[in-house]
Amino acid sequence: MSDFRMFDTLGSALAAQTVRLNTVASNLANADQAAGSPEAAYRARVPVFAAVLDQARGDGAAVGVQVREVAVSQAPARAEYQPGHPLADAQGYVYYSNVRPVEQMADMISASRSYESAAQALGTVQELIQRTLRLGDGA
Amino acid sequence: MANLIDKAFGVHGTALQLRAERSQLLAANLANADTPGFKARDIDFRQALAGAQSAVAPLRVTQENHFAEVGSNAAPQALYRVPLQPSLDGNTVDVATEQAAFGENANRYLASLNFLNGRIRGLMTALRGE
Repeated sequence: MSDFRMFDTLGSALAAQTVRLNTVASNLANADQAAGSPEAAYRARVPVFAAVLDQARGDGAAVGVQVREVAVSQAPARAEYQPGHPLADAQGYVYYSNVRPVEQMADMISASRSYESAAQALGTVQELIQRTLRLGDGA
Repeated sequence: MANLIDKAFGVHGTALQLRAERSQLLAANLANADTPGFKARDIDFRQALAGAQSAVAPLRVTQENHFAEVGSNAAPQALYRVPLQPSLDGNTVDVATEQAAFGENANRYLASLNFLNGRIRGLMTALRGE
């Protein structure tokens, strides 16, 4: 506990899971967005995680996690036949986002669990470091 | 004198260092619980401690103002965990296992810390001669 790298490690996990929760939030918010063409329809955002490796250590142990990019899902937009819709194209189709709400909810639960476990570990580390700093007190 | 104090602290200084190192690895495992292709790692504590202790002895002091070697700075070897059930994306982190290991490691760290505190109290009592 002499160095404070663990705060960076667990902090990076909190940051990454927050990005994941944010993408879930924006995906769910835009799940029912309608558009006049498949290209204009909203596409789900997907964060891509990657491990941050310790360059100083020979065996390349991980020291954290990063969001490499927020990719755009390539799944096709959902087409629905609604000729009366103001955005319907010449064939009468309206295009909705490719967001699948059930998948997003599962992702959200997974992200919040991971966030929780990192936050809990952070609390433990905090406690251990404070105990270490008080080593020899009251002797 | 410095040697005497080192001896009084015994294995606990090295143990604390290794526990901290292990915490760092386990924290990285927890952080990468959702990273595709990430392989969980851990150190074999018993082996690492034995290695660190055997590495302490051989340096000789050739000048009076050289410090005695306090401990080995070589990082313990990080091994790969054998997964119970690897996921399809190649990630081998089992969050429950990692959390349990992290908790166990934290408590053993505290135990070493308590031993050290006891030793320091003992030394202080001896020094004060009360």
